[in-house]
Amino acid sequence: MKEYQTINEISGPLVYAEVDEPIGYDEIVEIETDDGRTLRGQVLESNDGLVAIQVFEGTSGIDRKASVRFLGETLKMPVTEDLLGRVMDGTGQPIDGGPEIVPESREDIIGAAINPYSREYPEEFIQTGVSAIDGMNTLVRGQKLPIFSASGLPHNDLALQIARQASVPEDEEGDDEDSSEFAVVFGAMGITQEEANEFMDDFERTGALERSVVFANLADDPAVERTVTPRLALTTAEYLAFEKDYHVLVILTDMTNYCEALREIGAAREEVPGRRGYPGYMYTDLATLYERAGRIQGREGSVTQLPILTMPGDDDTHPIPDLTGYITEGQIYVDRDLNSQGVQPPVNVLPSLSRLMDDGIGEGLTREDHGDVANQMYAAYAEGENLRDLVNIVGREALSERDNKYLDFAEDFETEFIDQGFETNRSLEDTLDIGWDLLSQLPKSELNRIDEEFIDSYYVEDEGEAVEATAD
Amino acid sequence: MSQATQQDAATGVIESVSGPVVTARDLDARMNDVVYVGDEGLMGEVIEIEGNITTIQVYEETSGVGPGEPVENTGEPLSVDLGPGMLDAIYDGTQRPLDVLEDKMDSAFLDRGVDAPGIDLEKEWEFEPTVEVGDEVSAGDVIGTVEETVTITHKVMVPPDYEGGEVTAIEAGEFNVEETVAELDSGEEVSMHQEWPVREARPSVEKRTPTKPLVSGQRVLDGLFPIAKGGTAAIPGPFGSGKTVTQHQLAKWADADIVVYVGCGERGNEMTEVIEDFPELEDPKTGNPLMARTSLIANTSNMPVAARESCIYTGITIAEYYRDMGYDVALMADSTSRWAEAMREISSRLEEMPGEEGYPAYLAARLSQFYERAGYFENVNGTMGSVSVIGAVSPPGGDFSEPVTQNTLRIVKTFWALDADLAERRHFPSINWNESYSLYRDQLDPWFEENVTEDWSEIRQWAIDVLDEESELQEIVQLVGKDALPEDQQLTLEIARYLREAYLQQNAFHPTDTFCPPEKTYLILTAIKTLNDEAFDALDAGVPVEDLVSLESAPQINRIGVQEDYEEYVADIKEDITEELRGMY
Ligand SMILES: Nc1ncnc2c1ncn2[C@@H]1O[C@H](COP(=O)(O)OP(=O)(O)OP(=O)(O)O)[C@@H](O)[C@H]1O
Ligand SMILES: [Mg+2]
Repeated sequence: MKEYQTINEISGPLVYAEVDEPIGYDEIVEIETDDGRTLRGQVLESNDGLVAIQVFEGTSGIDRKASVRFLGETLKMPVTEDLLGRVMDGTGQPIDGGPEIVPESREDIIGAAINPYSREYPEEFIQTGVSAIDGMNTLVRGQKLPIFSASGLPHNDLALQIARQASVPEDEEGDDEDSSEFAVVFGAMGITQEEANEFMDDFERTGALERSVVFANLADDPAVERTVTPRLALTTAEYLAFEKDYHVLVILTDMTNYCEALREIGAAREEVPGRRGYPGYMYTDLATLYERAGRIQGREGSVTQLPILTMPGDDDTHPIPDLTGYITEGQIYVDRDLNSQGVQPPVNVLPSLSRLMDDGIGEGLTREDHGDVANQMYAAYAEGENLRDLVNIVGREALSERDNKYLDFAEDFETEFIDQGFETNRSLEDTLDIGWDLLSQLPKSELNRIDEEFIDSYYVEDEGEAVEATAD
Repeated sequence: MSQATQQDAATGVIESVSGPVVTARDLDARMNDVVYVGDEGLMGEVIEIEGNITTIQVYEETSGVGPGEPVENTGEPLSVDLGPGMLDAIYDGTQRPLDVLEDKMDSAFLDRGVDAPGIDLEKEWEFEPTVEVGDEVSAGDVIGTVEETVTITHKVMVPPDYEGGEVTAIEAGEFNVEETVAELDSGEEVSMHQEWPVREARPSVEKRTPTKPLVSGQRVLDGLFPIAKGGTAAIPGPFGSGKTVTQHQLAKWADADIVVYVGCGERGNEMTEVIEDFPELEDPKTGNPLMARTSLIANTSNMPVAARESCIYTGITIAEYYRDMGYDVALMADSTSRWAEAMREISSRLEEMPGEEGYPAYLAARLSQFYERAGYFENVNGTMGSVSVIGAVSPPGGDFSEPVTQNTLRIVKTFWALDADLAERRHFPSINWNESYSLYRDQLDPWFEENVTEDWSEIRQWAIDVLDEESELQEIVQLVGKDALPEDQQLTLEIARYLREAYLQQNAFHPTDTFCPPEKTYLILTAIKTLNDEAFDALDAGVPVEDLVSLESAPQINRIGVQEDYEEYVADIKEDITEELRGMY
């Protein structure tokens, strides 16, 4: 391996070096500085004689005398089942003082695309115990379902609640420990130490750490490294899922920091920026992360992704949530108003969506009436929510009896259905039954999205009358 | 290519690599030639030539590829293999069959440097001639047929660039696609396999004005904003508003002969869904599995971006080929925005001068070239065929003022505007009836009037008027509440509510409601119209509006969509409504 001392330009996170041999695109580079530190980087562009290198740890401390070594391979993640229970930094180096990791294999972190023909359509219901999700935006194994949040909102509590409670009810053979076990891969990008502790403490408290792999790039770690962290996490997840049969839940937080790092690199390369300064290829780049969720025919395991992002300015048209929403299979909105009302978890179901819900629910999968109930609650909540503005202007008296019922429904929907607390684990049965209690406040004739057969078996008769009586 | 000497002549050397863009020196190549890049022989296409430097877009991942590696020219432009076997197939953006790739790579993950022809070259087909020795044939003419799938008879045609002549030999029998099935006195031999460069439209005699609707089985489309066979439509909308579901609905239920579905830069699971569902679903026209009329192209968002750029062309070329056989083909492209972004990504790697929002200056030209390949055509062989193109558009932030939406709207004649508010309220399909339009409406009315009902356009106009009035009234309601409106306007709002809930909304996931024949679309309107007419009569007779909006019989209207025996059901509803209302005064 040849060493070069040919750096001729250092700019932001990038180093340019002259070479006299062909260097491959994406190849890994080690840079040794004067003071003996070894920094790692990756080839971003390879021109005859000149390569651009992106340095993960940042370029501070590098001068033109630093020596550059090209390792002749792209970045690999050493993988083994022994990674479970381990904590690593954002570049995959263990930081938990544990034993050295003896890899079973080393996998390219770029990750080849899954052949769409080889995929299996995800339709296995995951019960998260959260009504807003199970009832209205059902998660299935192999789905990528991000949490759209904003600063100061309890997205971490929600993510932890899901990680703790996620289960697949009525495991077929009845044995709890079916052949595929559950594992969590946690990739932190630029979050604070405090937030990281929140996760680690919860993992430790619940014993989840043993079946977790943690990659932590914290707020004071190098930004460029953040482009690598999620890929390490996903490479590990794919290995556990498709080689070792685990059902892996990947939590990636905060994707916003990841995108900021992309923007920083793009700017350093003087690329033509896309919307709001983010690189034009950000959609493609994010897709190479998010699409690494799914199921594969003939394999037991699955990769389910729960990325978290904080929307700058609470704006979901910002490129980060926007491009994410265009790639993922739905999204869960954490809402500032509901949060200030004290609703826990403050999930706004109206803009939330699970695109894989329709095929993952219903008779034989969850419950026969699930889809209809969800549809009807959406419509009813939307109608009630819509009327709230009007009430502020004209007052409740000016509204018809029908409108008032919808207003009550919206109110109760938030307090009884959504606001369950971060510690409550509701079964799907409970979730749907609460749904029926609420829907039964409305006259049967309003339930036009529900099959008449289900109305006959689930509608709570006295509920409607009771409410009517109090309304008078 | 096997001969080393030949290789050398056309071989260049990689100069630089930047993502999907590679430059090579000393390569003897023409624009759009297909080349094999690097030691692994990754497929690429020449997109720029400047002096001794050739720029190539590579259709596979380029990690690890470096300067100094060889580039080999095939001397052929990017082409698709055309012949029997394209239906019931699933391809990537350069027409590599994904099932074959899985087999060859022996992996569920897409590896590099593996090539495969677009159609099976060994499979034997039962060829049935339709011409005889001595017949005169020219370019484009059909010389025989093959049962490609249970649904589709594949027409074997003389390639468009042939001279033609008298048939000197032709015989029925089992042939693979490379074997000669007919010989002409011009010396030309015809096989079942043709190639065609994807960036070039296949020739035709002329384009005609389309007069038949592409019936979609979707009420809001057929009823209000129909597209013609041979027409163009755009579906723009923010994420999660229903573009893909609408495209899937069209692919399932549209009365086209052939469907080419191009998943361009979108989700893997959405393609998997099609692969799993379509073989199980029945073609409403023939009762055969839907897959038997479908060709899928899946270049998902995580697959190479250059192949995303080409997948649209691969799709439209396949569509044109079936059009040449005299079929009505419908092509869905989900999403054309990802295609435009692929152009942008490559353009920026080429350091071209960016136009609006970083898109290349030729964006508008490429979009119109693509949509221009749609149409109702008189083919070279005298048959009539059509290609309808329906493109999804994914505007950033859901803002329709961006370049891809705007440039598309300048070309297409049908605009189905998806609306995030409607989607949030779970009003599906969330096609905004105020913003959407179809410029085909008038030219298609005669067909509907002849084939469905005489008063098709009349009752539609009534519905449009009610909906228009509703949106005006809604503005007032938002300020003063419903009760402040005069009684007749309150009743109009109630009628409009039924139009929205029973007519405009349609549940794609309900086994019956998912497909609504035009007759049913019409009957639903007549049921609401009956309610309207009877209720206004009652109002005139002094019945208070509160009673009119809480009828017992009216809510049944919302259930017509899910009824299989809808005719009887609608007749009963009309009777019930009439009886109930007339009983009130
Ligand atoms: N006609 C319909 N009937 C019932 N549900 C629908 C219908 N159309 C859309 N939906 C619902 O909306 C969801 C999102 O639709 P879809 O995936 O088509 O959005 P999209 O516009 O393609 O989004 P993206 O741009 O992110 O791909 C679906 O998963 C489904 O739940
Ligand atoms: Mg879509």
